[in-house]
Amino acid sequence: MNALKKLFGGNTRQFGMIFALVALIIFFQIATDGRTLTPGNVINLFNGNSYILILAIGMVLVIIAGHIDLSVGSVAAFVGVCVALFIRDWGIPWYLGILMGLGLGVLIGAWQGFWTAYVGIPAFIVTLSGMLIFRGANQYVGKSNTIPVPSDFQKIGSGYLPEVGPDTGYNNLTVLLGLLGVAFVVFSEIRSRRNAKALGAEVPEAWVSITKMVLICGAILYATYLFATGRPGTSFPIPGLILAALVIIYGFISSKTVIGRHIYAVGGNRHAAELSGVQSKKVNFLVMMNMSVLAGLAGMIFVGRSTASGPFDGVGWELDAIAAVFIGGAAVTGGVGTVIGSIVGGLVMAVLNNGLQLLGVGADLTQIIKGLVLLIAVAFDVYNKTQGKKSIVGMLMKNFGRSSEIKADETTSTKEVISRGI
Amino acid sequence: MTSLNTHSDPIILEMRSITKEFPGVKALSEVNLRVKAGEIHAICGENGAGKSTLMKVLSGVYPFGTYDGDIVYQSEVQQFKDIRASEHAGIVIIHQELALIPELSIMENIFLGNEPTKRGVIDWAEARTRSTELLARVGLREDPETPIKEIGVGKQQLVEIAKALNKSVKLLILDEPTAALNESDSQHLLDLMLGLKGRGITSIIISHKLNEIEQIADSITIIRDGKSIETLDVKADGVDEDRIIKGMVGRTLESRFPDHEPKIGETFFEVKNWNVGHPQVQDRMVCKNSNFFVRRGEIVGFAGLMGAGRTELARSVFGRSYGRFLSGQIYMHGKEVELKSVKQAIDAGLGYVTEDRKSLGLNLLDDIKATTVSANLKKVSKNNVIDANKVFTVAEQYRKSLRTKAPSVEEGVAKLSGGNQQKVVLAKWMFTDPELLILDEPTRGIDVGAKYEIYGIIQQLANQGKGVIVISSELPELLGLSDRIYTIFEGAITGVLNKDEASQETLMKLMTSARKTA
Repeated sequence: MNALKKLFGGNTRQFGMIFALVALIIFFQIATDGRTLTPGNVINLFNGNSYILILAIGMVLVIIAGHIDLSVGSVAAFVGVCVALFIRDWGIPWYLGILMGLGLGVLIGAWQGFWTAYVGIPAFIVTLSGMLIFRGANQYVGKSNTIPVPSDFQKIGSGYLPEVGPDTGYNNLTVLLGLLGVAFVVFSEIRSRRNAKALGAEVPEAWVSITKMVLICGAILYATYLFATGRPGTSFPIPGLILAALVIIYGFISSKTVIGRHIYAVGGNRHAAELSGVQSKKVNFLVMMNMSVLAGLAGMIFVGRSTASGPFDGVGWELDAIAAVFIGGAAVTGGVGTVIGSIVGGLVMAVLNNGLQLLGVGADLTQIIKGLVLLIAVAFDVYNKTQGKKSIVGMLMKNFGRSSEIKADETTSTKEVISRGI
Repeated sequence: MTSLNTHSDPIILEMRSITKEFPGVKALSEVNLRVKAGEIHAICGENGAGKSTLMKVLSGVYPFGTYDGDIVYQSEVQQFKDIRASEHAGIVIIHQELALIPELSIMENIFLGNEPTKRGVIDWAEARTRSTELLARVGLREDPETPIKEIGVGKQQLVEIAKALNKSVKLLILDEPTAALNESDSQHLLDLMLGLKGRGITSIIISHKLNEIEQIADSITIIRDGKSIETLDVKADGVDEDRIIKGMVGRTLESRFPDHEPKIGETFFEVKNWNVGHPQVQDRMVCKNSNFFVRRGEIVGFAGLMGAGRTELARSVFGRSYGRFLSGQIYMHGKEVELKSVKQAIDAGLGYVTEDRKSLGLNLLDDIKATTVSANLKKVSKNNVIDANKVFTVAEQYRKSLRTKAPSVEEGVAKLSGGNQQKVVLAKWMFTDPELLILDEPTRGIDVGAKYEIYGIIQQLANQGKGVIVISSELPELLGLSDRIYTIFEGAITGVLNKDEASQETLMKLMTSARKTA
């Protein structure tokens, strides 16, 4: 147990979710007799959930800033139908269609951002209104019909990395991507150790870093193997690629840039942020606008995947995205949350959905289970907070150690609690 | 006056060797407290000494069984399992953060959770009569149907006491009751406490304002590092402030202000004809034609009663972050500047440490290092990308130089004591390298030892040639710290006194009267 503690010491909350995700995957792998971790199923899982995960990226920023966006499903549907119409009726090429879709997202986002940030109407109201407006707009411009998109455009929703280079039996680009991922993990771990040493901060023991790297790299390589050995013609899906790029970009923005800090600051304490020179209106505007752009992108990917735009695209997406964010550890009151956490939260939901489907559980029961998972995940967090912000992992491991009950007071830090050898 | 013969006063409360442990921390260790019936008993100690924990044990916030020791109240050992149980026994605690609901009326708040009913329906007529009666007892002249948010903090405090009286309180505990009150409201509250004592209600008061304790307390129990050090009889022992401080810190503080030789340079910051309107009310002015200037290396005090417009003036100057700007000019180094936003103000070299740390000054979710750099991210970033190493180094530097007590700069600011939080806020503004730093109530809620250190930091800043404005409700603090003091009354500057001509009396006179047109 000591070893695990050290391994997951830093970002305990996130690792708690990853723990749950891994446990879930293993459970379904066993329960479905190995049907969960097959190339076909994993590719399918990614393809079928990439648009929700993309929404979760935007949604976590909105929620960190202390807002909510209920309109994402409708916005996605509206952008989707518009792009489908642009391409069909105006004959514009597919890439121009995508650019116009993103531009439309910017305009819609500016509209919602304006009301939220500069007029000061709660985002709940603004986006509830947006939800109605853009759903109606989708059905009005599309005359409630399905509008097909050309096969070039469909690639962004259902395409795969092409086969290039020598025939190795694997998809070469996918393998390359996996190796790049592994290299990145190793490189960043080494760099963070070097930094910690240079600053005189605590450097984790070598075996901790190595075990961590082996685990993460192992997971990446296994995923690579699955993606690279699918049925012919399939490999790492394009939506997955877009998602991975967005995770890296937004993960970086949220944790390492000035605007990212400002989002957390505004959500954490708006007044304090303003008195520190943060232009909170601008931050709120950008966050809301960004959400609509990502919603537009998600809508286009969905249209690409389903080969046509329809009047009921994106119904209920906002709730899936919001659930992913909260399962991923964001706080309802704002100021707390991570992009990676939300992705993991989204994956927990996706794996749950997929696994239950494979087991033949009906949609009715699946919904009930998903609802309970959301409630329990957040209840866990709330409970932890009242207990002095103990981590989920700390809680999980409490039962493994000595039976002495330790209650954390507000004066004891998480680290103290964990290091006391629970 | 209860009785002349103090020996016969029965003991209403005795807490016997109370020990309360949190994981890794012994918050209280063998604390003893004896409170006589009908007295005002003060509990003094530095922040974190364990005063509030002791009161939480007494009032059942930490229920029976989570602490060791006995609580003997009215000659019986009590086992309170929650606040309700202690209130039932007549012990009412009024916390520093008032537990009133702003949207509800005074009357509704007084009877909250205790509504008078007739056949299960709230009897508002009865509530109204009784609340009028209770308000009269605490000396509050307000319509009981006025919403709480429309009355000031001072009056809200009185409503809390009325609420306690309604519960037929026998032992009233006040935790820092005057921390947020101005001088006259504080005085009113202290008088009220003496009045309650006349009616036989025993009070326990926790306060950092030693002059108030000296004024009203009959006995004082001093707590230091979770242990009860001594109990003093104010009259018999001839207790004064220095004596209390000695007990609290365990040593005599030769001086409450560090020595400082001001090196005052030329005027570099000047505000002229400053007029600001109230943010909501159309015709109300919060700053009326104010003029003031600050010189290099000078510590300028702003004295005024709460609500006089000190904070409003400071915040309107700091990038118009309060009220509606009407007219006025700001000159820096002789040149007029327009500071229309906080960002512009910071860029121009201004800094403002807010009076309310928790709601305006800090993001309590952040850690020390994120807070330290939060007002000057530019300096730790390149192309808008933050350099995490630089952030760590900077924060570590300030932690060491300001002697912030924290295990590391990765500690959350919410876990720090008031004094250490204030140091982090000071670090945040020092890192912006301001020419003029405005400090609004820089030592509120901070214990004596940390105050001394904060004063030292302020003087150090002045020595570096920066201008410092200190806004404070505590006149001794202003007198001890400032080189020059402006007085404010109802939004207007009513006078300015040099250090040698200022005294509590002269300041008070200027703080409570309109400027004579001379």
